[in-house]
Amino acid sequence: MADNAEILAGLAEIVEEVAGIDAGDVAAEKSFVDDLDIDSLSMVEIAVQAEDKFGVKIPDEQLAELKTVGDAVDYIAKNQ
Amino acid sequence: MTGSPVEVVVTGYGATTPLGGDAASTWEALLAGKSGVALSSGAFTERFDLPVKISAQLAVEPTEVIARVQARRMDRCEQVAIVAAREAWAHAGLGGDEPQVEPERLAVCVGTGIGGAVTLLDQHDLLVSGGVRKVSPLTVPMLMPNGPAAVVSLELGARAGTHAPVSACASGAEALAWAYRLLQDGDADVVVAGGAEACITGITVAGFVQSRTLSQRNDDPERASRPFDTQRDGFVLGEGAGILVLERADFARARGATIHGRLSGYGLTSDGYHITGPDPSGAGQSRAMLKAVERAGLEPSDITHVNCHATSTVAGDVGEAAAVRKALGDQPVLTAPKSALGHLVGAAGAVESLVTMLSIREGIVPATLNLEELDPGVTLDVVRGEPRKMDIDAAMNNSFGFGGHNASVVFTKV
Repeated sequence: MADNAEILAGLAEIVEEVAGIDAGDVAAEKSFVDDLDIDSLSMVEIAVQAEDKFGVKIPDEQLAELKTVGDAVDYIAKNQ
Repeated sequence: MTGSPVEVVVTGYGATTPLGGDAASTWEALLAGKSGVALSSGAFTERFDLPVKISAQLAVEPTEVIARVQARRMDRCEQVAIVAAREAWAHAGLGGDEPQVEPERLAVCVGTGIGGAVTLLDQHDLLVSGGVRKVSPLTVPMLMPNGPAAVVSLELGARAGTHAPVSACASGAEALAWAYRLLQDGDADVVVAGGAEACITGITVAGFVQSRTLSQRNDDPERASRPFDTQRDGFVLGEGAGILVLERADFARARGATIHGRLSGYGLTSDGYHITGPDPSGAGQSRAMLKAVERAGLEPSDITHVNCHATSTVAGDVGEAAAVRKALGDQPVLTAPKSALGHLVGAAGAVESLVTMLSIREGIVPATLNLEELDPGVTLDVVRGEPRKMDIDAAMNNSFGFGGHNASVVFTKV
């Protein structure tokens, strides 16, 4: 089980790979869309990679609720 | 010279080809008589034990010049379109901080023959091995044949319309024809136009092998593409992109753009004869040439140089030479750039139109490589050995495609 810091670091790696945003800029308070400028297609890729990395399921309706990086970290922490 | 109301000029160009990663290096390599043909890299040749082991692959990988994250969202045919379009846009002086053309007056017209088939294959493999979750959400925008036009449109913010002619090996030339129409019709002031192709892989090579159209001269790749030569045995599959920035001349002059050439006319016809083979009468090809000449306000005898489609197939080359002679007379001096570039399929007409325009501007025609013994069925003068210096007022590029598509475009000196 990864702790929140590990989840954040792992998620940041995925975001850097998919969207080219420096992992250091992927902070908990950042909005995927408004701050990191990630489009809906990239969000699908990020979700699939996060599912594989952390062994969670992220249904589409849930994905739509994950506005910030912190939202995603909390969801993964609770559901892994 | 133009027979149409709107004068259409070329203000910028870009290319990435088997001879070079940009237009200048491609042109220099053509004049130097270099070949872009070599043994194919990649595992597909051995994996499928393909009888054709040669191709004309890009001199510079697009991923070397496109940011990684942008490249991973694009099929290779979209990547080459972006590389050439960026060069053309900057070359036209349109890349500065001050926008010089209204987005609503900027159109894109980029054709492809095959499009993103490599993406289709790759994603199918992922579907089979990993299920639907492993398929990229970018699959469709990467494989669609309007993809190269769309990524260029997106990059430049073009809002006057984005078009993607698909006519096999005539696509690149047909894109220039459509661009010309858009400018004549007043739909745009600037059109970024051309063609892109990057589909050298197992299935395309196998398909062309089975249609008996590829050269099998594996032991001597650089001599495999030999249009008009008696020993020709098929074309060499290539990849690349060519883009021209076409503008209304008055718009170009008003913004102080450098004018490199004039697109004076085009002719598009179809054979309605056979799905792959050209009509042996050459009637459709001749009609395309004559329509282009007429639209340019010229006489057939005004065309002193033809940059030929000539792919190095047994039937095609002789038929084209006869059609040129029938349509234009015996004065045109011919060359066949596919001898050096290979066959860039949907990009061929665009890259070779660029070569045609540069031949006029520079007063020199690149030689046809590997032309050792001219086919006796060709009764026109073909440049071989060395490039030929000649003063050209009007020249034509021909591009013909599977499906019976015939496209001719005429460029004139400015």
